[in-house]
Amino acid sequence: MKNFVLNALRENARISAAEIAELGNFETSAVEKMIKELEDSHIIRGYTAICDGSVDDGKVKAVIEVKVTPNRDGGFDQVAQRIARYPEVSDLCLISGSFDLLITINGKSLNEVANFVASKLATIDGVQSTSTGFMLKKYKESGRIMEDFEDYERLKVTP
Amino acid sequence: MNASKSPRDFVSKHIAELPKSGIRAFFDLVTQMDDVISLGVGEPDFTTPWTIRESGIYSIERGRTSYTSNLGTPALRKAICEYVSRNYGVDYDSRSQCIVTVGVSEAVDLVIRAITEPGDEIIYSEPCYVSYPAEIKMAHGVPVPVTTIKENRFALDPKDVEAKITPRTKAILINFPCNPTGAVMDRSRLEQLAQIAIKHDLLVLSDEIYSELTYDGEHVSIASLPGMKERTIFLHGFSKAFAMTGWRVGYACGPQNVIDAMMKIHQYAIMCAPTMAQAAALEALKRGGNEMAKMRESYRARRDFFVRKLNEADLPCHLPNGAFYAFCEVSHTGLSEEEFAQRLLKEQHVAIVPGTAFGPGGAGFCRCSYATGMSELAEAAKRIKAFVSSLKN
Repeated sequence: MKNFVLNALRENARISAAEIAELGNFETSAVEKMIKELEDSHIIRGYTAICDGSVDDGKVKAVIEVKVTPNRDGGFDQVAQRIARYPEVSDLCLISGSFDLLITINGKSLNEVANFVASKLATIDGVQSTSTGFMLKKYKESGRIMEDFEDYERLKVTP
Repeated sequence: MNASKSPRDFVSKHIAELPKSGIRAFFDLVTQMDDVISLGVGEPDFTTPWTIRESGIYSIERGRTSYTSNLGTPALRKAICEYVSRNYGVDYDSRSQCIVTVGVSEAVDLVIRAITEPGDEIIYSEPCYVSYPAEIKMAHGVPVPVTTIKENRFALDPKDVEAKITPRTKAILINFPCNPTGAVMDRSRLEQLAQIAIKHDLLVLSDEIYSELTYDGEHVSIASLPGMKERTIFLHGFSKAFAMTGWRVGYACGPQNVIDAMMKIHQYAIMCAPTMAQAAALEALKRGGNEMAKMRESYRARRDFFVRKLNEADLPCHLPNGAFYAFCEVSHTGLSEEEFAQRLLKEQHVAIVPGTAFGPGGAGFCRCSYATGMSELAEAAKRIKAFVSSLKN
């Protein structure tokens, strides 16, 4: 049931407990309890809306590849946790390949992002280098393509 | 010369006598209405996975727009034979025992035409896909239905088949998992059927178009049973498993002499399956497996949900083990399947198909396709329940 509830919410976070119960043949109260448990235990960390690329939220977004010298005891974790605390950082992952951390930044302006990189990010102990790319256009997010396709009507009755 | 003389009726008698598909009449009714939730669709609700579509596009971009070999591209036939060997346990020679057709429908038509002398009888299970009896008649054969019943979960009882065998019987046509019933055949029934086919020296035409959509347990191809490869035409295609109905690609595998005969008809009538569609089909076999498995799981979830809802609405329905159809009983409501489907459409705007569209054996039942979005399915279930309740008052 846990996975069923999680999958239903990942597909549509606004689905009601009653609807999940209906789909999975559970009791609504059991689904409500499960959702609460998932939230309380921080397995579910939040719900957000996936907005169309045309929505102007007044933010400048940048993707930054960061090379890091791993710390003897904490590996990449200590540096990553320091970076994660900045509210400007919206996403942060450790990546295999030619760099180590991939960061997504939301800033008010190009200037602000540039400042953040130069004065905060690059100066953190262990950060070797950064490579910043500004996001120009969003085509797909969380599995949703930012394009409306014309409705294609299937035949209503076929053998 | 009398210019006003009206022309005689040029249509041949055996085609004039062929009934129009019962689905067609219902389709006309549905298209006149708005706001209809249709559970009448005999095809996946998914768009073909992108990797497959892209391969079709790429084939066009590279200018592959000419005919292919009549039998289909060698690469596709090789991939098909590998796929059939891996998944069905039957080995065919891709050069001589496999033909690519325009959907499995063409393959069924080809094999029936290739084997039927006028008056030859072909036994098939009913309720069944609408084309079978028509195709047999178009080949001047005699369709001999065997009715499958709910007590057997609509599986074919081999004894019923044997009872219909006459000296004119040429072949047995089966389709499991079955459209419209969702029924499957277990190994033991198939073994009995195989024994009957061998004993009476019959050919088996096995349309396994829904075989990937088997939800619990194994799918067994009758071609894989001892002594059956030589007397089975394995019929399959890409439409259902890979959501490729519009591409029109199917195939047949079987003994070389029958494939050769089918090839002659195909060569004169069709030439070859569309080239770009063959390229897409090849990609489906190479890289479509993951997407197909995802689609199957999605159908399974919807089946579990919708069949439960039908039973809760007092429309008894066995849990179908294949395809994407729920075949529910309506006779106890006091309405015939036709009346039930028509009134459900008019009063609640939900389209389902009366069981008799699939032959007289479907009387008292209706086919609901659950290859429809989950939210629509939930809404349809509510409307169906409301309709059945209204009948009781």
